[in-house]
Amino acid sequence: MIDWINNAIAGLSAQEQFALFGLLKILVAVFAIVLPLVAYSVVAERRISAWIQDRVGPNRVGIPFTNVRVWGLGQPLADGVKVLLKEDFTPAHVRTAYFWLAPMVAMVPALLTLAVIPFGSVLGAQPMVMADLNVGILYTFGITSLSVYGIVLAGYASNSKYPLLGGIRASAQMISYEIAMGLSVIPVFLLVGDLNLGQVIAYQAGGAWLVFKQPLAFAIFLIAAFAETNRLPFDMAESESELVGGYHTEYSSMKFALFFLGEYAAMVAVSAMMVVLFFGGWTLPVAGLNQPATSLGVGVLQIAVFLAKVIVLMAVFIWVRWMLPRFRYDQLMQLGWKRLVPLALANIVATAAVLFWQSTKS
Amino acid sequence: MHATLFYLFAALALMSGLLVAFNPFSRNPVTRAMFLVLAMIALSGLFVLLHAYFLAAIQVLVYAGAVMVLFLFVIMLMDLRESERRRVGAFAAVLGLAAVSGLGALLFGALRQAPAGTEAAVGSTRDLGRLLFTQHLFPFEIVSVLLLVAMVGVIMLSQREAE
Repeated sequence: MIDWINNAIAGLSAQEQFALFGLLKILVAVFAIVLPLVAYSVVAERRISAWIQDRVGPNRVGIPFTNVRVWGLGQPLADGVKVLLKEDFTPAHVRTAYFWLAPMVAMVPALLTLAVIPFGSVLGAQPMVMADLNVGILYTFGITSLSVYGIVLAGYASNSKYPLLGGIRASAQMISYEIAMGLSVIPVFLLVGDLNLGQVIAYQAGGAWLVFKQPLAFAIFLIAAFAETNRLPFDMAESESELVGGYHTEYSSMKFALFFLGEYAAMVAVSAMMVVLFFGGWTLPVAGLNQPATSLGVGVLQIAVFLAKVIVLMAVFIWVRWMLPRFRYDQLMQLGWKRLVPLALANIVATAAVLFWQSTKS
Repeated sequence: MHATLFYLFAALALMSGLLVAFNPFSRNPVTRAMFLVLAMIALSGLFVLLHAYFLAAIQVLVYAGAVMVLFLFVIMLMDLRESERRRVGAFAAVLGLAAVSGLGALLFGALRQAPAGTEAAVGSTRDLGRLLFTQHLFPFEIVSVLLLVAMVGVIMLSQREAE
């Protein structure tokens, strides 16, 4: 069987092989890894919030049509059936075209970001990254900057006051924190000397992880990541105590679910980015896991290491949400422009100065 | 494949560009802004076909991701019902056409005189940066000063309004 597959693959041209493996990687990464991860992060959110608030949380749904309750791990299935079967209500006063467009635009960028993330070293001869761009990080920032359109359009399409306020807040907030986020990673690339994400991992495999070399950059990136994914303490666009539900007030059923899933997919994407930039990607400084895999088993293990790191960061996102109160809007803007941006700029200058001093010394 | 993609992106850019200026179906400013975003993304696709990945990413990041979001922000903050109803006068049309043809002539002349693109713009970000700070230092500095002046101007104007 394996011989037959190998022969069939060897018979294809390089371009056909690239197309085939590219498609395979996209299908497996999106449908077998990211979407289940998104579904289970919703369960994790509910269980962790329950623990923090001393409740039980959803623990009933197990394997369908049996009495087996595997700690409520069947919950995503029940949630999925619920959102699909609920009435999809479109209020009469909305701008219909944008009302339909917004949930789609909210979901797509988070999934597109994953294209440049190296989620493992190699499996066989295939590098475990969908598109090995030499401007990887700029691509992710470009795509993330498009994710604001989903929220802004939803606010505009709903044609009522609270969603509009949510949309306006989101556009101002995301632009502000994008600047802090973009500036915070410049020191990382000053150290690495390349914009390619694979090179960032290779640099960290050779020494300490960048979170230890650039703790300030990581702190700024983490704070900006909360704002960019619209998570508490910065969920001003939603802010249910002031704006009902913010930008998705008028949405129901699957359209609402797409916003909801888009938020979690964005969390997966930004966690994956943080793992690559600051936590060494798929490497682990034990048992030779720092080097690209030579066997299939090690390759799979490195993907597992990557996923484990992503899951830890997702847990941090969820944990923070239930521990901190929401910021006020003016506090949010003040933090972004008057604290984070100057700090990030100072970090760039300091890093550049140290690098310059080192280069003159040697 | 390459040619098909080129025609696809070029057609998309031209079509959405036209729909920004004359949209027979809607005079809604948000629709126009969204078509401008689409035009930007199509242009970025053209840059990718030229292997200028850096420019493509910057095109999306700066224009589609930041500038157009600010446009939308302003459109949503101000009630633009008035502009939806407004018709274009003859004077404005003549002036607009003159400006467009002037700019077009300028662009055409510049394109005919320009040497073929250097490999550096296509290559790594490092080469692009080096070129900007050596060969093209003077225009680069002028643009920087221009941006600084614009920034100071914005702060001055908004301060005066606050008082």
